[in-house]
Amino acid sequence: MGIKILTEHINVPGIETLEVYRKHGGYRSVEKAIKTMTPDEVVEEVKTSGLRGRGGAGFPAGMKWSFLAKPEGVPRYLVCNADESEPGTFKDRVFMEKNPHALIEGMITSSYALGANTSYIYIRGELLFILRILEKAIAEAYAAGLLGKNILGSGYDLDLHVAPGGGAYICGEETALLESLEGKRGNPRNKPPFPAVKGLFQSPTVVNNVETIASVPWIVNNSGAEYAKIGVGRSTGTKLISASGNINRPGVYEIELGVPVEEFIYSDEYCGGIWKGKQLKAVVPGGSSVPILPADLIMKTATGEQRLMTYESLSDGGFVSGSMLGSGAFIVFDEDQCIVRNTWNYARFYHHESCGQCSPCREGTGWMERVLHRIEHGHGHQQDIDLLVSVAKQIEGNTICPLGDAAAWPVASAIRHFREEFEWHIKHPQEATAPGAVYRGQLAAATV
Amino acid sequence: MIKDAFKFSDKALAEIQRYISHYPEGRQKSALLPALHVAQAENNGWVSPEAMDAIAEILNIQPIEVYEVATFYTMFNLKPVGKHVLEVCRTGPCCLRGADQMIETFKQKLNIEEGETTADGMFTLKPVECLASCGTGPMLQVRETYYENLDSEEAVDQFIEMMRNKEVETPEWAK
Repeated sequence: MGIKILTEHINVPGIETLEVYRKHGGYRSVEKAIKTMTPDEVVEEVKTSGLRGRGGAGFPAGMKWSFLAKPEGVPRYLVCNADESEPGTFKDRVFMEKNPHALIEGMITSSYALGANTSYIYIRGELLFILRILEKAIAEAYAAGLLGKNILGSGYDLDLHVAPGGGAYICGEETALLESLEGKRGNPRNKPPFPAVKGLFQSPTVVNNVETIASVPWIVNNSGAEYAKIGVGRSTGTKLISASGNINRPGVYEIELGVPVEEFIYSDEYCGGIWKGKQLKAVVPGGSSVPILPADLIMKTATGEQRLMTYESLSDGGFVSGSMLGSGAFIVFDEDQCIVRNTWNYARFYHHESCGQCSPCREGTGWMERVLHRIEHGHGHQQDIDLLVSVAKQIEGNTICPLGDAAAWPVASAIRHFREEFEWHIKHPQEATAPGAVYRGQLAAATV
Repeated sequence: MIKDAFKFSDKALAEIQRYISHYPEGRQKSALLPALHVAQAENNGWVSPEAMDAIAEILNIQPIEVYEVATFYTMFNLKPVGKHVLEVCRTGPCCLRGADQMIETFKQKLNIEEGETTADGMFTLKPVECLASCGTGPMLQVRETYYENLDSEEAVDQFIEMMRNKEVETPEWAK
């Protein structure tokens, strides 16, 4: 049992109310920051903590904050990215649903640090029911003087609003999110200028993930140095992991960064092993965008080191033999799962979600989907495999936003690690398209 | 042909005004997505061209600005739909737990294809992408409620039976 920074009180009955939340130490960071610290001191603590963006990119949060431009007389904004849409990721939804005040506390303390007087939580439109939960909690916070004018008598003012999206994965990209928040299509913006200079309504803006913001109160209460002691190396603190797929105990787990992957999969504290007594085939460790790894490479790096749940360990070996921690969406595949079918499913997702602005992504995602569809349905050609690799390569790095990369990586990595399975589909279309058919040739070698 | 203008209820208008008040002056267009959600809830689950024109008037923007946004986001239905729109998740993690079978079962039981509405107007089957509920898949959404772990024929049967007798949800602001 590691330390619980985000979820210690998440199952306390009534924690969604201000009264119970405060009884368990809630909103202490607001008082401490506003009454005893300058905004810059809060930023310094977050820098010292080593906290990295929890939405997927893992960029140091304190550094992102320090980039915020502060021209005289121009409002600054903090926008919380609650557009959680990366397949496999559901940590923010569960967190906000159960403990809305924890996010609101983080928003107030972080807004104070950044000098924002209006902040927004942009939540994906499918989660309107959580928007209601957040709005109820926000109303309680206003009534208690934690939001609005002159918070706790300090002279600091903050308004906090929740804004819904309308169903678009791309709006998780921060500049698309800002466009959407302005009532437009979610087309990502060209950068520079970065949001820190010209963001929401052309004003300096910081966009942070729910989990990142919710980690700030603990850092303010206990110091950045204390936070940095948790975890391993540059992977400091704790991380919410959304565990899904063919495991006994799917759900959201808060781990201290550094837990061995093997322990995470097989321990009854976490995933509880592969369901129905089956064998592990593969894992996508950080959300659908990150490279898939076969069983042997998820347990150990190519050099034989034990793989850990950290940013560095999961990416050890680069894209040749590694993957990424990403958003912490840990998707587990058992021996009965077909990699070709899954890759086609993901390709369809990215094609569906491409905003259509950049040609390589708009055309390439559709092309990959169609080629994978024909392989999966027994009409593939041997040259299709290299064609997919080539299309993926031509998308990667050639688009305004990372959706192109996110579409290319799952395809490229599936072929890199499961090429035999693709070849088998093409060589044996009848066998491969029979109901429930799965290629098992690579499994014995790939299983540890 | 001149069609009747769309009329929002007072509660709906108040809800849209509440959102407008969240944004700086001159940035009322920001309330467009919330307004589309309100319109959809007011108009039997879909957004008609007349409703979009009404939104344009309220927000003081051009109708095209509403159309281009309504057509970008997948939650807005631009054609009439059934009483209950079953938004079934078809994305990878749910498929690992049987989403393909769940969708097949719905097609069989309701005798419709994806995107279609049953003859009695009760159900529309709408496949959607990941709904951030991967630990409890296969799952689907109807209005503001998630229905999870629909991993057997019995679970689907029970769900359909339950929905047949269920009234459409009233959103918080309309109560």
